[in-house]
Amino acid sequence: MEQKSMRLTLRVWRQDGPNDAGHVETLQVDGILEDMSFLEMLDKVNQDLIRAGKEPIAFDHDCREGICGTCSLMIDGVAHGPMKGTTACQLHMRHFRDGDTITIEPWRSGAFPVVKDLVVDRSAFDRILQAGGYVSVNTGAAPDAHTLPVPKPDADAAFDAAACIGCGACVASCPNGSAMLFVAAKVSHLARLPQGQPERRKRVLDMVAQMDAEGFGACSNHYECEAVCPKEISARVIAEMNRDYLESRLCSGS
Amino acid sequence: MAAKATMAVTGIVLLSFVLGHMAGNLQVFLGPEAMNSYAEFLHDFGHGLALWVVRAVLLACLVLHVASAAYVVRVSKAARPVGYVMKKDVATDFAARTMWMTGLIVLAFLVYHLLHFTIDPLGAYHDFVDAEGRHDVHRMVVTAFQSLPTVAVYVVAQVLLAIHISHGGSSLFQTLGWRSPRNAKWVDRIGPTLAAVILVGNLFIPLGVFAGLAS
Ligand code: HEM
Ligand code: FES
Repeated sequence: MEQKSMRLTLRVWRQDGPNDAGHVETLQVDGILEDMSFLEMLDKVNQDLIRAGKEPIAFDHDCREGICGTCSLMIDGVAHGPMKGTTACQLHMRHFRDGDTITIEPWRSGAFPVVKDLVVDRSAFDRILQAGGYVSVNTGAAPDAHTLPVPKPDADAAFDAAACIGCGACVASCPNGSAMLFVAAKVSHLARLPQGQPERRKRVLDMVAQMDAEGFGACSNHYECEAVCPKEISARVIAEMNRDYLESRLCSGS
Repeated sequence: MAAKATMAVTGIVLLSFVLGHMAGNLQVFLGPEAMNSYAEFLHDFGHGLALWVVRAVLLACLVLHVASAAYVVRVSKAARPVGYVMKKDVATDFAARTMWMTGLIVLAFLVYHLLHFTIDPLGAYHDFVDAEGRHDVHRMVVTAFQSLPTVAVYVVAQVLLAIHISHGGSSLFQTLGWRSPRNAKWVDRIGPTLAAVILVGNLFIPLGVFAGLAS
């Protein structure tokens, strides 16, 4: 079946580098097919820009199948765009209409400085993970899979939290620029498993301390994060981390 | 995060006070005897010590709540130095987004309210004494709420307090780690319910008195 080609107006954030002030550029684009993904649409726009001798739009992407968390676009004011539980790379142009104007911006957070155009530096998340997002294991022979029983509800809850791909949509959408959903997903994931118990208290204290040091905002329980999370991580993980954090603070006396 | 827990705990104390204060003052509709003896009881309980202990605890909670609020708001504003050209909120509501504004106005009202009835620097109600020689709190309240501008100030303040509580009363459960997918449906109704109860009860005092129900 012949696909209809769409004409769109894009309002894209253009910024030459970290120190450039940046501005919104308006582009008229043509020949967008509804089966294109949002990133394929940008590929096409970039191809046209390159042909015209202009600088293509820089944007982050890797797997393009919704599992790596690299794509990171604020589309019409919503992180990853209008489809619930969908990354920008899995969003298709059929959800837009011919003649639409689409505003595309990078994640906005002091802790995620803009590198260029729509690309931000999310290494703050890596430093939070390094602060405690690990478990200690014995090296050598792998233990028998059955030696550590995990109750089914805990396994499920840990798995749901582990679905976090670290894209940063939670930070981008939070009115306070808070990273609580990301940090709590990691904390809750490991706190629910027997392997996570030895470092449990230290982990939550260290990861929260790093989160604060990176300059993320405080959580006011707006629940914007869980509404836009492409992996639909529940804000329950935040309540679990809050409890873990308070217990750890009170028990370790610091 | 410690600041948020402080806000939640002090918020619970302030909320409990607001509820007790509302119940106590609704006695204005039970007549001068009930109101004035209740006021005297509060003043004399534990040889007058209890009142000051409660006042000290409330003041400490208020100071901690406001100081933590200032810290939390400052950190959160600093977290996004460059804003969006277009940002749509999909989950949050008006009450959650305006906590610091409703809080600040409630704080201003608290100062006014304490000056109005408790401190009374101009001595407007100093010589209000009932037949038994007690401070005539009933007459003070009834007199105060004959004035339409005064009633208006109280009404506006109560609406803002209710908005503050409609988010805060539920939010505190998440902050302290008590909200879960199992109870979220109910927890998210606690704030709005508390706000509605407090709004109706507290509005009834100035409006009821103005309508002549307490004299
Ligand atoms: C009787 C008076 C008050 C009551 C009952 C009250 C109650 C509460 C409660 C229960 C919370 C929720 C805490 C949480 O999310 O865990 C809260 C949050 C808050 N309160 Fe109050 N409060 C009062 C006065 C004030 C005042 C005077 C201020 C002054 C600025 C204030 C500012 C705030 C702010 C900014 C928050 C939101 C913090 C955040 O979630 O980021 N409140 N309040
Ligand atoms: S590019 Fe990997 S999740 Fe979108």
